[in-house]
Amino acid sequence: MNRFPPWKYALLVIALGVGLIYAMPNLFGDDPAVQVSSLRGFELERDMPARIENVLTNAAIEYGPIEFEPQRLLVRLDNVDRQARAADALRDALGEDYVVALNLAPATPAWLRVLRAEPMVLGLDLQGGVHFLMQVDMDTARTQQLERFVTSMRNLLRDEQIRYRSVRLDRNQVVAELRSPEDRERALRVIGREIDELILETRDGSETFNIRASIDEDVLRELQQTALRQNITTLRNRVNELGVSEPVIQQQGADRIVVQLPGVQDTARAKQVLGSTATVEYRGVDEQNDPFEAHRTGRIPPQSLLYFMRDGTPILLSRTVIASGDNLINAQAGFDSQTGAPNVVVSLDGPGARRMLEHTSQNVGNRMAVVFIEHRPEVREENGVEVPTTRRVEEVISAAVTREPFGGRFQTTGLGSATEASQLSMLLRAGALAAPMQIIEERTVGPSLGQDNIDQGFRSVMIGFALVLVVMAVYYKVFGLVANIALTVNLVLIVALLSLLGATLTLPGIAGIVLTVGMAVDANVLIYERIREELNNGNSPQAAIRAGYEKAFSTIADANVTTLIAAVVLFLFGTGPIKGFAVTLSLGIVTSMFTAIVGTRGVVHLIYGRKKRLKALAI
Amino acid sequence: MQIIKPNIDINFMGQRKLALVVSAIILAIGVASLFARGINFGLDFTGGTLIEVSYPTAPELGEVRQALADAGFDDFTVQTFGTARDIVVRMPADQDDETGADLSTQVLNALATQEPAIDLRRVEFVGPQVGQELAEQGGLAMLYALIGILLYVSFRFQWRFAVGAVAALVHDVLLVVGILSLFQVNFDLTVVAAILAVIGYSLNDTIVLYDRLRENFRIKRKGTPTELCNLSINQMLGRTLMTSLTTLLVLIALFYFGGEIIHAFAFTLIIGVVVGTYSSIYIAGNAAIILGVTKQDLMPVEKEGEDQPDVEVLPERFRSST
Repeated sequence: MNRFPPWKYALLVIALGVGLIYAMPNLFGDDPAVQVSSLRGFELERDMPARIENVLTNAAIEYGPIEFEPQRLLVRLDNVDRQARAADALRDALGEDYVVALNLAPATPAWLRVLRAEPMVLGLDLQGGVHFLMQVDMDTARTQQLERFVTSMRNLLRDEQIRYRSVRLDRNQVVAELRSPEDRERALRVIGREIDELILETRDGSETFNIRASIDEDVLRELQQTALRQNITTLRNRVNELGVSEPVIQQQGADRIVVQLPGVQDTARAKQVLGSTATVEYRGVDEQNDPFEAHRTGRIPPQSLLYFMRDGTPILLSRTVIASGDNLINAQAGFDSQTGAPNVVVSLDGPGARRMLEHTSQNVGNRMAVVFIEHRPEVREENGVEVPTTRRVEEVISAAVTREPFGGRFQTTGLGSATEASQLSMLLRAGALAAPMQIIEERTVGPSLGQDNIDQGFRSVMIGFALVLVVMAVYYKVFGLVANIALTVNLVLIVALLSLLGATLTLPGIAGIVLTVGMAVDANVLIYERIREELNNGNSPQAAIRAGYEKAFSTIADANVTTLIAAVVLFLFGTGPIKGFAVTLSLGIVTSMFTAIVGTRGVVHLIYGRKKRLKALAI
Repeated sequence: MQIIKPNIDINFMGQRKLALVVSAIILAIGVASLFARGINFGLDFTGGTLIEVSYPTAPELGEVRQALADAGFDDFTVQTFGTARDIVVRMPADQDDETGADLSTQVLNALATQEPAIDLRRVEFVGPQVGQELAEQGGLAMLYALIGILLYVSFRFQWRFAVGAVAALVHDVLLVVGILSLFQVNFDLTVVAAILAVIGYSLNDTIVLYDRLRENFRIKRKGTPTELCNLSINQMLGRTLMTSLTTLLVLIALFYFGGEIIHAFAFTLIIGVVVGTYSSIYIAGNAAIILGVTKQDLMPVEKEGEDQPDVEVLPERFRSST
């Protein structure tokens, strides 16, 4: 008698049930959808769903359910035609502050979504898209930073009326040459007080008394991390311009950024957008003339330029730029220590600080404006041909009254809320690319190749699977069929686990599944060959089954653990698509051990377990 | 159905000198090819730019080359890829050129002036620095996989088996790489993945054999290590061939239906499965025997109150005639 305790059957049924549920979302395909998000990555307003419904109803477009998350909103539509019309209508209605992108939303039924069952994520090689790896030039970032220190040190010494012979950059240090030990003492005190990121050393030259300043390692690391984060923010802003539905922008290693844009085919444009830089400018507000008058008549005073606030109000600004994004070191949102009101604290480098001080000393009581300038990519139609171009967009993101003169470090208050403060600081930072970047790897897959990859991958899994089923059934008869059930369940479990883990399916990942199908039967082959051996040795069928499963177990475990070692190493060292292969291979090894050992035994016991006088096995 | 008869008795160990000679010859050819022809390293490791473009009708390669030459490119290769309608343009990495990523755009524009209806299938650009890193990572991955396996097998079996297993793996990897070099297969990241999968697969076979060898060492009272090794190989022959067959079937499906991109990957695995099957029969056991595995090495440490293993007499046919 060979029987399983009921709990083992319960375990099998539960595993199968859970597997089926989480594998199922992959069967439903996608709905065409339109995704709305804020251009700058802000949260969407609460009334956005109502606005969208309004727009679509007015445009007489039938729409499906609307999903609203703080960062994005998704409207499902019945077909591609409605999707295109809805996107056009929304683009017109919402204006330039929002990104309206075409998307495909998984058509998972609601009851499955409640269980958090989602289909597998397809890799770029399957759905088409662009992958960029960008190298942030940290050496240049450090040099730029040091040059800023050179300037601030010169200014500081001049302000304190300490006579110096030179302040210059020497490899990775700032060297200040002073004329007397007394001057150096004073300089050390002042620099130590004002610039705390530097480590100061004294060294005597042949005729001079020198200070050698280097950036503290921790500070340097901090600087690099900030530079990287800032570049990521900038990139995210740029990518939003492209209207990509699910972009991935993340740090890789100490100085690299990965950008993945599914569905983007125009790589030239993508590169252009990623490479273009936005900047900010500080300009004084022309309070003498009436901007509305100038806007209406078109007569703009010669020393001024006409700009617009974000809400469309005209404003006249001076032609002279006080400071620009290049001068900006940092902008941080926070709260004013005295009033508790939200503020943005800005730090400028030396030249910026000097000009700022000059301007603010003469303009107390007047307003100063921040202009955000960027090159927005767009498609213009010329004689019926679509030509991608960039348009310079300038808008005034803030105009605040100068209360007292200030220089390199100042705060902007009078902001409506903490959210507004963080938005302003983000815009200011986006205006400054902290360090130059360069694309060091690109992988683009066109949509036709992506579809081919899916089709070919699917076909090879199916054909390989069918071949193995036939061979097993012919070679091991009833036991072969049992193994085939296990193999099928195994495939379901792999898909379910991939979906559950949110793992990305790639072409090498599919290859891993194919390979798993071939190798998964190994455990059953081992068991069945053992059962045959036991039968040949004259054991009874029931004893042969028991011995077969028990004796083969350690072999199967050893063999699979070693394969798993190779797969895990592959996962740890592999990049991108190779990781996909390692993931499916490892999952396949684990699930196949379960289905082949526990699963088939359960079924075999159901078929043969109760038969007392079993004469022969169909093996 | 049963192809391998239960009482099959092939004297594998008797042919082990021949097997060693065969292995040595193939290895020599492979290594010679490695030195003479080298490995056809792909873009992932050399760095460079690759652009795959699909044409509505099969283009004349000469014209495509001319179009690129007219656009001012001089160092490139143009080949068909899979079908005659798909072509691949490859360009080497330029160490000084910092704008390598723009190259693909320029190439595409040049091709589009000649035939506007082209469809961009794929662009791959790998900077020289990245290529070098990927190569280092690939090499390290292989090394760590081998070390991990060495440790696990030492722990589960005995060091002689571990060395035998790793010897078989090194043999397999060298053979596969040699054959890849011989056929000048494009050696990219997927091929590295395939080789690691071969390591896993071949090891799987070897472990199964060792497992049986260990069992036989424990339960058979008579027989030299060589005889027991031969017995184990024969006992596992059905399983070895069956698993190799199913794995080969799916790989052939992958090779023929998986598309051009997965070709080198599938090819490497097919070679690897054949070589791995051969090596687990002829090399792994051999290596353990040559290293002097004895029964004492594998006898379980006796514990009080534990049953002694069943002891069987080695069947007549496996006894040595001398």
